[in-house]
Amino acid sequence: MYTTELEDKNKKPAPREVLVAEDPAKLVAFEARVAADEFIEPKDWMPAAYRKTLVRQMSQHAHSEIVGMLPEGNWITRAPSLRRKAVLLAKVQDEGGHGLYLYAAAETLGTSREEMIEALHSGRAKYSTIFNYPTLTWADIGAIGWLVDGAAILNQVPLQRTSYGPYARAMVKICKEESFHQRQGFEIMTVLAGGSPEQRRMAQDALDRWWWPSLMMFGPPDDNSPNTAQSIRWRIKRETNDELRQKFVDVTVPQADAIGLKVPDPKLAWNEARGSYDFGPVDWEEFYAVVRGEGLVAKDRMKARVAAWEDGAWVREAATAHAAKHVVKAAAE
Amino acid sequence: MNNDWPLWEVFVRAKHGLSHKHAGSVHAADARMALESARDTYTRRMEGVSLWVVPSAQIVASDPGEAAALFEPAADKVYRHPTFYVIPEHVKNI
Repeated sequence: MYTTELEDKNKKPAPREVLVAEDPAKLVAFEARVAADEFIEPKDWMPAAYRKTLVRQMSQHAHSEIVGMLPEGNWITRAPSLRRKAVLLAKVQDEGGHGLYLYAAAETLGTSREEMIEALHSGRAKYSTIFNYPTLTWADIGAIGWLVDGAAILNQVPLQRTSYGPYARAMVKICKEESFHQRQGFEIMTVLAGGSPEQRRMAQDALDRWWWPSLMMFGPPDDNSPNTAQSIRWRIKRETNDELRQKFVDVTVPQADAIGLKVPDPKLAWNEARGSYDFGPVDWEEFYAVVRGEGLVAKDRMKARVAAWEDGAWVREAATAHAAKHVVKAAAE
Repeated sequence: MNNDWPLWEVFVRAKHGLSHKHAGSVHAADARMALESARDTYTRRMEGVSLWVVPSAQIVASDPGEAAALFEPAADKVYRHPTFYVIPEHVKNI
């Protein structure tokens, strides 16, 4: 989900950045390795633009995992049963773990954890637009697992073969863990959809609100995603935004049908010739507004994230002091 | 700018009888904390029965630029593999 181009589209492009003079022989050898589906490892030579694109993509991905804990974390104490509470707690812990795998993988490219966290907290770094929508009811937790994690899985499965080794390995672990996230969400939706009229309405309302933002998670349409071609050539991305979006619609609509919920798109129709669903236009202005930071709860999310970081400062300081004390003690012995 | 805690490489033994395998890395102030973070980060689903954490700075790695000199000489020494040798078909147990 987090592999999309999240730059503001009105921002001036900087084509010169891509044109850093690279050693042509090294560049040819690199391109050949990547084209042959070889993995690139941290100490291998790589073009500056490849490194830069990866750092941006991986750190955005990591930030999304970390911020993604916030909307769900809000619901841990309000989960309707002990079972749901334990499951949600495990899911949120996984998201934290996923953020850590990805930060560590990005650090192999020479960026520091501190730089990345500072970029997130200062608002310079982007994260998935989806987390700037509010979670109003318990059904939203179901919809997030089902749709948001479902979209993430579609995006992440091909990334297990992304050309940068540490990123690919992180994705293998993440994909292995992600499947339960989607299934627990779908289970929540199934129970609500089969419940009382109020519960049913709640489930439908959550689907109505999360459907379009979920489609936006795949990023802008291909004709407005200037870096896609380069990223695909370098095997940083393996499928385009529109291809993945179509795949998501095709697998998700029958799931909604199966539990009697209705996808909120009057233009949605099965296209026999294509073997796919046709669907209505996505409101890209809304997407770009959220990318610019105008999401409904964007400010709350960053406030909560920064507060968590600052409230934990004393723990970090204590751990550092404790370690330093033991270094001194060991030296004296 | 880098005030991060030191980086530790994490190795997990999946089960007794297998060697420890690199799983990833964690930042930690000291070894004890590195072990605890490694446990939370890399073994949430019974992935292991034992952990090693090693300060990343202590790892000495081969240079990819020397990969050819180091590893290619093995490529033309197929006689190191048993299939290189021709044994009459009626001879068994060899």
